[in-house]
Amino acid sequence: MFRNSYDNDSITYSPTGRLFQVEYALEAIKQGSAAVGLVSKTHAVIVALKRSAEELGSYQKKIIRIDDHLGIALAGLSPDARVLSNFMRQQAMSSRMIYDRPIPVSRVVSAIGDKAQRNTQIYGRRPYGVGLLVAGFDETGPHLFEFQPSGTVLEYFGAAIGARSQSARTYLERNFEEFHEASLEDLVLHGLRALRDTLAQDKELLAQNTSIGVVGLDMKFTLYDNDDAREWLEKLGDVGSTRGRRLPDEPQPEATEDAPVTDAPPPEETDTVEPIETDA
Amino acid sequence: MDHMPENWGRPRSDVYGVYNPAIHNAGPTTHTQQPSITGTSVIAIKYNKGVMLAADNLASYGSLARFTDQERLIKVGKETVVGFSGDVSDMQYLELLLERLIIEDNYDQDGHNLRAPHIYEYLSRVMYNRRSKIDPLWNAILVAGKKDDGSPFLAYVDLLGVTYSAPTIATGFGAYLAVPLLRKIASDDGDEKMITEQQARAALDECMKVLFYRDARSLDKYSVATVTTDGEVTIEQNVRCKDMSWRFADHIRGYGTQTM
Repeated sequence: MFRNSYDNDSITYSPTGRLFQVEYALEAIKQGSAAVGLVSKTHAVIVALKRSAEELGSYQKKIIRIDDHLGIALAGLSPDARVLSNFMRQQAMSSRMIYDRPIPVSRVVSAIGDKAQRNTQIYGRRPYGVGLLVAGFDETGPHLFEFQPSGTVLEYFGAAIGARSQSARTYLERNFEEFHEASLEDLVLHGLRALRDTLAQDKELLAQNTSIGVVGLDMKFTLYDNDDAREWLEKLGDVGSTRGRRLPDEPQPEATEDAPVTDAPPPEETDTVEPIETDA
Repeated sequence: MDHMPENWGRPRSDVYGVYNPAIHNAGPTTHTQQPSITGTSVIAIKYNKGVMLAADNLASYGSLARFTDQERLIKVGKETVVGFSGDVSDMQYLELLLERLIIEDNYDQDGHNLRAPHIYEYLSRVMYNRRSKIDPLWNAILVAGKKDDGSPFLAYVDLLGVTYSAPTIATGFGAYLAVPLLRKIASDDGDEKMITEQQARAALDECMKVLFYRDARSLDKYSVATVTTDGEVTIEQNVRCKDMSWRFADHIRGYGTQTM
């Protein structure tokens, strides 16, 4: 009765001019755990929060190296990210083989942008269900791009995607003026603090669930995972979620320490999803 | 079994008589097996602030001096010069490829431009690819410009896909006549740092003169291209060989119309 008849494929416009399947794909990104990226004048950094399906399982990879000068962080469907990263790796290798040149970051990003946009224009295809942060360093310096399934690619000083990423964006917006001149260490710590703000209540950044990717001047793309990530977390100090915490001068409500721990996902706070309009 | 594809599917000889392939102008597919209109040597030398190349303006048809206004030094992109010897039509094809390459590279307007090492890699891939199809582009090519670190770049690639680089390179007859002269002033990597632009130019002029003396497919009119490490490209055209002496020609016997 209330079925939305304009979301059966990814190329048909609704009467209000929207492509619902593309909007659903954009929502899929918000289901994935957060990734944060930021650039200084010398480096580009991506940090990401990994998730494991269950206690005894391993964590899903969030940061993928593409080439010596290029890497991505993903939020959303990781198989789709695999397809896109394989494509980017091919492009990067072709560039090295044919032109003896590391592929310019903006070019490989617009290549996946075109690839994603094509899916919104050809019948029988579906949009990618993944958002990417692409960090790279080339002749024109460090770069950070955000890729979306709609085919949108935009360059940023700082960007965040995935669950509760609005909190990270808020941190980035408050601090981005320091990024340009920041040292590599400060840049990574800014990234980790922004990532920390995306944590669910009672969760914390651990060596197991934190990935850090760095690339920059005279530095190949480097991934810090597990034990390598631990060193960065020690520099960060406070790794716990700030969610539900009170400012020191605020009166402490009673029994906050014994708050019940639930396995249920915390409610979306800031990423309020616009209700999908039914055109029927 | 008849292993010649061009004979397959023909009318039976015992019924219709021997088939004459000339009636439909057919034969096996053929590839270039020799060049036709050719340019002779390209010579080049690195110096302290760039690279200098020279190539004459002759396009020969066999031993006939067919065209005397052929330019063989081509500016590619903003700061690269490519010098071609060998087949002129293949050179024109490569010019087309490079022009397209540069146009497409410029679409993005993102501050990334193809420079000499990139153009050289591309050309070497094209040349090796074509020789692997046993359909080579019949050229020997020099690419000149600057490297990523700002130092001069000079490298060679030919119809076999052979690649190398050196402070002085010459193609064709120049490899025999000009290289020994050029190596007197620059034999090893790094020697170019001691050479001024004037010295490089004098060496090239001298080599072009020697080549005109001894290479029967050469011309005394040539172009000199200069690529500086600042990225400036100049191509000086219609340069003439100077201070030549042909007195020795009187003593040559055995050719032409002399009756001793």
